Amino acid sequence: MNALEQAYRTHSRRVLATLIRVLGDFDTAEEALHDAFTAAAQSWPRDGEPHNPHAWLVAVGRFKAIDRMRRKARLERVLPELVFQRELEGDSAVSHSDRGIADDELRLIFTCCHPVLSPDARIALTLREVAGLTTEEIARAFLAPVPTIAQRIVRAKAKLRDDAIPFRAPELRELESRTESVLHVIYLVFNEGYSASGGEQLVRFELSREAIRLGRLVVELLDDPEAVGLLALMLLHDARRETRATPAGEIVLLEEQDRSKWDRGQIAEGVALVERALESRRVGAYALQAAIAALHAEAPRASDTDWAQIVAFYDLLACAEPSPVVWLNRAVALGMRDGPQAGLDAVEAVLATGALDVYPFGHSARAELCRRLGRVEDARASYERALRLARQEPERRFLERSLARL
Amino acid sequence: MRYMCLVYYEEKPLGSQRVPGFVVDLGMSGAQAVAKECNAYDADLTERGHLIVSHPLSPSDNAVTVRVREGKMSTTDGPFAETKEVLGGFLLIEARDMNEAIRIAADLPLAKLGSIEVRPIHRGP
Repeated sequence: MNALEQAYRTHSRRVLATLIRVLGDFDTAEEALHDAFTAAAQSWPRDGEPHNPHAWLVAVGRFKAIDRMRRKARLERVLPELVFQRELEGDSAVSHSDRGIADDELRLIFTCCHPVLSPDARIALTLREVAGLTTEEIARAFLAPVPTIAQRIVRAKAKLRDDAIPFRAPELRELESRTESVLHVIYLVFNEGYSASGGEQLVRFELSREAIRLGRLVVELLDDPEAVGLLALMLLHDARRETRATPAGEIVLLEEQDRSKWDRGQIAEGVALVERALESRRVGAYALQAAIAALHAEAPRASDTDWAQIVAFYDLLACAEPSPVVWLNRAVALGMRDGPQAGLDAVEAVLATGALDVYPFGHSARAELCRRLGRVEDARASYERALRLARQEPERRFLERSLARL
Repeated sequence: MRYMCLVYYEEKPLGSQRVPGFVVDLGMSGAQAVAKECNAYDADLTERGHLIVSHPLSPSDNAVTVRVREGKMSTTDGPFAETKEVLGGFLLIEARDMNEAIRIAADLPLAKLGSIEVRPIHRGP
């Protein structure tokens, strides 16, 4: 990677965030960003990198954009006042302190995750504008056609423009709900990078890393316990990344993972964040999931897992975020605490609600508990049912292996 | 990445030949203004490192379509497909991604008069 590519990686997203605020428009700002880096490609090799690259790039980008607006105004005979107003506003508004730059990035995240946009649009826009992924990379990560993602981004920007969504962080009274939307997008990005659903390995790794970076940014700028909980959850999951699958892509269950390969530094950071989140008065679903992940991560061996505490956290989680998958996980944890018969009764109670009819892991959980109780035929029937529901290749192979082992 | 912007517009008869529809609609001075705007935008794109090559095409009745089947060559008059809008020109551009290519295409003066098909250049497997 040459020096300029390095500079693009380091500065482009933050410069873009500032330019969007100063120029008030995504497309104008992107054009200005491109122009700033084109100018850098010409002058940096000759004169050396400026002392403050962010300030230099913003100043050049802004100058080029205003110059372009002026020319366009002359061409279309638009009143030039608008342009000059932008010029004046821009001058006082550009701050190059670390805090000022980070605030611009936060504004950009809030705008990209604005509730007027559909969840899909929020994700695509955040990945492209905040994380700097290309349309093609996003499409590869989501196994979607490039034109689909491209249009999603075009429409999202048009929607923000048409609805005159201001480029700023939300007011205090709506901060909590808007933060929730941001955290949700970050979590979806992380999961997309973490789950084994396909797509290119390298891009997926990038997604998780970017989600963690955004999580850190939000934690730094907003004192929000759920943001802390989410960051903890991502760090704790990511610490196990290496051991979750074999090099050939086969799923490795938590109890079979090589714990010596877990990233202990990241686990320690995650655990400290969990404690911080649990100390706050508002404990939410992310902090509770992180607490459960921390209990798993801290057990030296699978047999050392503190299942009693895990069940207790699932009880709280089932209140904070009632969902069939949470009930199922609670039932499985109960089976670990109180023995397979208690687990089976609990799993069957969840299955009886019908809410997991299309989810393969409800039936595979039942199969596993039946196996432990020596009910091989019931186990076989449940694994076969799970296999019919499995959509992803690694899931299917995992279930086939389990079936063969009976 | 490289993208091909294919510019399509309607053709209309003018005397004995076919010409871009906007030449008929806007008159000669209007068409000249369009051409000037296109050249200015091309120069702008070149300056900013986006434009690799661009050309307008002469009207479609100058086209000959060539096929070789079982070793035999045949030719027919006119463009490959009979459609309302015909290929009228192209720009090969360099852009960071599809959305940047779309933004560049949207600013083409001819986007207001016809349509631009943006296609990524195929990269080998």
